[in-house]
Amino acid sequence: MSAPARHASGATVDFEHVSKQYDAHAKGTPGAVNDLSFHVPAGRICVLVGPSGCGKTTSLKMVNRLIEPTAGRILIDGVDTAGRDVTELRRGIGYVIQQVGLFPHQTIAQNVATVPRLLGWPAARQRERAEELLALVGLDPGRYRNRYPRQLSGGERQRVGVARALAADPPIMLMDEPFGAVDPIVRERLQNEFLRLQEDLAKTILFVTHDIDEAIKMGDLVAVMQLGGKLEQFAPPAEILANPASEFVARFVGADRGLKRLSLSRVSELDLRPAVIARVGDASAEARRRSATDPFPYLLLVDESRRPIGWIADAAIPSEGRLDERLAHSMSPLINRRTTLKDALSMLLDADVQAGIVVDRTGAVLGLVTADMIAERMRETAGDARFAAVDLETIERAGAIGAIEGAAQPSEPAPT
Amino acid sequence: MTFVTETLAWLTDGDSWVGPNGIPARLLEHVEVSILVLLIAVAIALPAGLFIGHTRRATSLAVGLANVGRAIPTFAMMGILLPFTQAYDPALGFTLYPTVLAMIILALPPILVNTYAGVTEVDRDIVEAARGMGFRGGQILRDIEIPLALPVIVGGIRSAAVQVIATTTLGAILAGGGLGRFIIDGIAQNDDGMLYGGVVLVAGLAMLSELLLSRIQRVAQPSGRGRLPRRPFLQLAELPPREAGI
Repeated sequence: MSAPARHASGATVDFEHVSKQYDAHAKGTPGAVNDLSFHVPAGRICVLVGPSGCGKTTSLKMVNRLIEPTAGRILIDGVDTAGRDVTELRRGIGYVIQQVGLFPHQTIAQNVATVPRLLGWPAARQRERAEELLALVGLDPGRYRNRYPRQLSGGERQRVGVARALAADPPIMLMDEPFGAVDPIVRERLQNEFLRLQEDLAKTILFVTHDIDEAIKMGDLVAVMQLGGKLEQFAPPAEILANPASEFVARFVGADRGLKRLSLSRVSELDLRPAVIARVGDASAEARRRSATDPFPYLLLVDESRRPIGWIADAAIPSEGRLDERLAHSMSPLINRRTTLKDALSMLLDADVQAGIVVDRTGAVLGLVTADMIAERMRETAGDARFAAVDLETIERAGAIGAIEGAAQPSEPAPT
Repeated sequence: MTFVTETLAWLTDGDSWVGPNGIPARLLEHVEVSILVLLIAVAIALPAGLFIGHTRRATSLAVGLANVGRAIPTFAMMGILLPFTQAYDPALGFTLYPTVLAMIILALPPILVNTYAGVTEVDRDIVEAARGMGFRGGQILRDIEIPLALPVIVGGIRSAAVQVIATTTLGAILAGGGLGRFIIDGIAQNDDGMLYGGVVLVAGLAMLSELLLSRIQRVAQPSGRGRLPRRPFLQLAELPPREAGI
């Protein structure tokens, strides 16, 4: 009987000049890895991202030694993994793969309790732990415990996969495209739930994906890898988007990396512009005078609880009488402080009045956000523009804006 | 249609059911020999198939041998073995031994090939997930590969069992008992009732074993994968098309 896994809040992971070379003539080998070095602090999500064949999955599998490196060392909490018993090492590392790899002949509860069973926990404790984890990933234990994997939807299976990897409370999790096999809507939900879980769990997570958007969303740190297993850049997502370290990274993150940066910032980071507001029933003349002193050509009509009703153009405010709901002729999207700048901008582009109304939890107006403010914010946070020209160049070469997708791949012969 | 009435008469004759040459005694001999042969074949082919499937070693050799074994007719095999068993011990010539040996050799291929194929067909992602979570090799075999391959393995034993029961009949030609005795004696004594009665009993026994093993095969199905699709009654070849085509 082994001791219960210590309540871990993550361990550090270090790659030190790790390489994996394969025989050049061998067919169907995974991507090679070339002199990979990086440090993942405890409790952080590090995403390995790159095109297929860049060695990201190989790198992941070297951590739990499903693949042994040909050179270099991988340290967990400063201890070289090569010196540890491989079975014991693996039981201390959560592992989630793309096809989930649930055991089809075992119930969901048995699947989740896999590592506790291998570790020899008492049966009652295994059961208890399985139920606890099912609840944690949002699956009602009473409903799911005795089902079999094939009776679950793709999204539910992915959740079980995550629960299984967490079962023995490992300090480290390896996740190989864990949300790859579900549709985009479910994927987004699973990503959000996982990020919320991670806030409490604080595991050290190595996460592989080929999707740069997922990398930016999930990663505290992103390792962009290039074909041949070369690390191109290792940095927080905002840094990678603002300062791509090479032309490859700039291309890989895409010509729309400015927009991607927008998705990393939230409305709460902006200094909101105060709105000129008036309540239903206020005197029109006074409201007209106040609105005229503000350069924004609209007055925002609100109800008793400061909840927005709609815009009244300055010119349309009557010079006498009381304001009434019928005067409001259009409305802007309502935005909350957690909205990303990307979503806010997108909503603004569709709106009649080019200002988003930021509201609090009760729906009361906090202030306004405009496209100019978002652009200003991006300028403030942008780094140097070493590779800014790349996008233009590639767009020109590709011949059309519509070909931006394709422009992510270089169109000149690959460097040899 | 006289042989039908003769057969019925023989089967219902009280004398057919008593003594060392009675139906119960011969049936018992037949079942004993069949089970003995199957047990020995399983004891050889099952571990070999598991080893080959788990390690992926010697796969082409195994499949090749299995196919050679399958290509030789049983009777020919008995003929081939007869001189060897006689050389080993002259007393063993015209006894049950050449038959038993021949049947073991014939029962090996379906068990070996199905076991090996069943294990190799287990989803590699599942096996790798298990390895990544810290299963040792033996645990993967015991907890993952065998349970998932079990229906295919039982399918191989099922094919072998039907063949063995049918073939045990031939044992009577060289020597020994079993239900084949009735067929041989029926021909020799020009007793159609006994001849066809023996045929009916052998066929019935084969069908019964087939039914029993197909039931076991269904029980062996891992719960997560649902029921087996209904298979044709008395299916003899349980081999995946890939191997069967070699």
